[in-house]
Amino acid sequence: MSKITSTLLLSSALALAANTVSADTLDSVKSKGFVQCGVSTGLPGFSNADKSGNWKGLDVDVCRAVAAATLGDASKVKFTPLTAKERFTALQSGEIDMLSRNTTWTLTRDASLGLNFAGVNYYDGQGFMVKKNLGVKSALELDGAAVCIQSGTTTELNLADYFRENGMKYKAITYDTSDATVKGFEAGRCDVLTSDQSQLYALRIKLKDPKSAIVLPEVISKEPLGPVVRQGDDKWFNIVKWSLFAMVNAEEMGVTSKNVDSMKNSKNPAIARLMGGQGEKLGLSDDWSYNIIKQVGNYGESFERNVGMGSPLKISRGLNALWKKGGLQYAPPIR
Amino acid sequence: MSEPDSGLKPSKPAFWNDPKVRALFFQVLLIVALGYFLMTIVDNTLENMRSRGITTGFAFLDEPAGFGILQSLIPYTEANTYGRTFVVGLLNTLLVSGLGIVLATIVGFIMGVARLSHNWLIAKLAALYIETFRNVPLLLQIFFWYFAVLGALPSVRQSLDLGLGIRFNNRGLYLPEPIPENGFSIVLWMVLIGFVVSRFVKRWARKRQDATGQPFPVFLTTLGLTFGLPLIAFLILGSPLHWEFPELKGFNFKGGMTIIPELLALLLALTIYTGTFIAETVRAGINSVSHGQTEAALALGLTRVQTLRLVIIPQAMRVIIPPLTSQYLNLTKNSSLATAVGYPDLVAVFMGTTLNQTGQAVEITAMTMAVYLTISLTISFFMNWYNKHVALIER
Repeated sequence: MSKITSTLLLSSALALAANTVSADTLDSVKSKGFVQCGVSTGLPGFSNADKSGNWKGLDVDVCRAVAAATLGDASKVKFTPLTAKERFTALQSGEIDMLSRNTTWTLTRDASLGLNFAGVNYYDGQGFMVKKNLGVKSALELDGAAVCIQSGTTTELNLADYFRENGMKYKAITYDTSDATVKGFEAGRCDVLTSDQSQLYALRIKLKDPKSAIVLPEVISKEPLGPVVRQGDDKWFNIVKWSLFAMVNAEEMGVTSKNVDSMKNSKNPAIARLMGGQGEKLGLSDDWSYNIIKQVGNYGESFERNVGMGSPLKISRGLNALWKKGGLQYAPPIR
Repeated sequence: MSEPDSGLKPSKPAFWNDPKVRALFFQVLLIVALGYFLMTIVDNTLENMRSRGITTGFAFLDEPAGFGILQSLIPYTEANTYGRTFVVGLLNTLLVSGLGIVLATIVGFIMGVARLSHNWLIAKLAALYIETFRNVPLLLQIFFWYFAVLGALPSVRQSLDLGLGIRFNNRGLYLPEPIPENGFSIVLWMVLIGFVVSRFVKRWARKRQDATGQPFPVFLTTLGLTFGLPLIAFLILGSPLHWEFPELKGFNFKGGMTIIPELLALLLALTIYTGTFIAETVRAGINSVSHGQTEAALALGLTRVQTLRLVIIPQAMRVIIPPLTSQYLNLTKNSSLATAVGYPDLVAVFMGTTLNQTGQAVEITAMTMAVYLTISLTISFFMNWYNKHVALIER
């Protein structure tokens, strides 16, 4: 299966690649004319293909922003749907240029996989979804429950920690894909489905009767989700990092996809810097940030369109509000 | 009388034209080239992983795993190491493969014989079974059993009561668990003793039959010794065994034994799928024995059962066993599809979760491949030994 394929690819790539050559991702992206981006196999709001096959979502927008910055065209992205298990191998082996797949930033992943996390595009936390008719009101009432879970996630570890911490027992039923996890939950194989809270809302829409399940109030972990690149290509790392920062900065300065053209002549020096003049340092053209904002929008626009009030998920900004509004989204200044 | 030397003694060819030297030279060359190739690959891989900052080595096996596993044959908690998850996964793979091989063999032999039956209905039913399940992809069958059949069972509170304390619901099959008390080990010893004694009886019976022609009911004696003896001991000792029944507590049944639906679905699918191939192998084996053999046996006065047991089956086995080995190997390797329904086998636990938590793809994949290779070679070795045992001894 594809897991084995990507492992084989990784092994052969590692085995056959000449030692001295370190791949320049930007050059390879420019020469092939698109960004190869790893996304989920289908998670509404984050990365999901619509009826006509267009990928949409908060994670997808990061890929599009990088394409807009490097190639000047946000549509020049090719997507590789990956399960949680496949994602890191696909990136390590060079199958994809970047990974934007609701991936939690942890020490082990950052330090031992040969990868770099390029920022946080969604602050999440793990939660529980239960069937309404069980009458459970708190996660502390879940002693002895069977829990459906997707394999290869930090969720698996947090779950074990939480139940141990509270002296409770559980049975983990581990599935390969989020679709199978939902099916198992729906068929009654387990009492509880656990995942990042944002995903719970997304998965709930996939249920035949979304009203039959509720999300419990407890959040049991920190899950900072963000895009990931290979270690050892700092130029590319910077581009992905600052593409995301440009979106957050644009929201902070009130620059949107609608007013970006008029803002081009702004007297505000910070906005002027955002609009141009900094591209060369990243190895990009000067209109890199303009292209991102014009074609993808700022972070706030992307959020509302994909997971916020403009979407079926209706997730409030919460932790993901700008730092000025009591949230955690804070981008270093562009100067 | 002097003969010219040159005509008779062939002149020794130059050493590079000597076929023996040539063969040796090229073989050494090939081995050196292959060794160099492998060394370069391993060296290059390690070098590249180091330069990309990917951790290498097997130190991760001693780190705590921190995740739960649904079914474990040995005690396992989240605090155990990744090394232990490897063992848990391996045992789960061996469990499902072992059970699958036994059940598929039984189903296969019955169905293979049934397809040759003179009873029209039985033969057609067997043919229908074989043609249906042989031609549907295995993964689809696993999904079918898991989601469509076992998933459609009632929930815990409406469990089916199958009698004898057995409950069946969409969380699994709940069985009473036998708890041995003091003295139960004596019963187990009796089984062993009965078995060993019956071996001796068999040897003696054969000798007597060779000498006098008098048959002895060996099968019944064996049955009586291996089951009757322990049963008598069990009754004399006052039934040193009690049953723990599953009871509904909280979310689920507690106590007793649980067979998880993931195992059931996988086992059903593997058994039924591989059973079809074994059935065809058995049919081919039986058909390979010419009808003249049967007629000859009957003419000698053997009964139908004796003909089957002493003439047809021993000859059929020689044709059946080699392809049967392949089916066993297939079943073992196919058990890795477990991951699709969440059965915690080696691929799901070790090459899935453990790989993802540690990110050490090369080491873990190599270990997993080594395990499957070892299992396959072991099965092969055993089956080859058995094949030699039943093969025609040519004189």
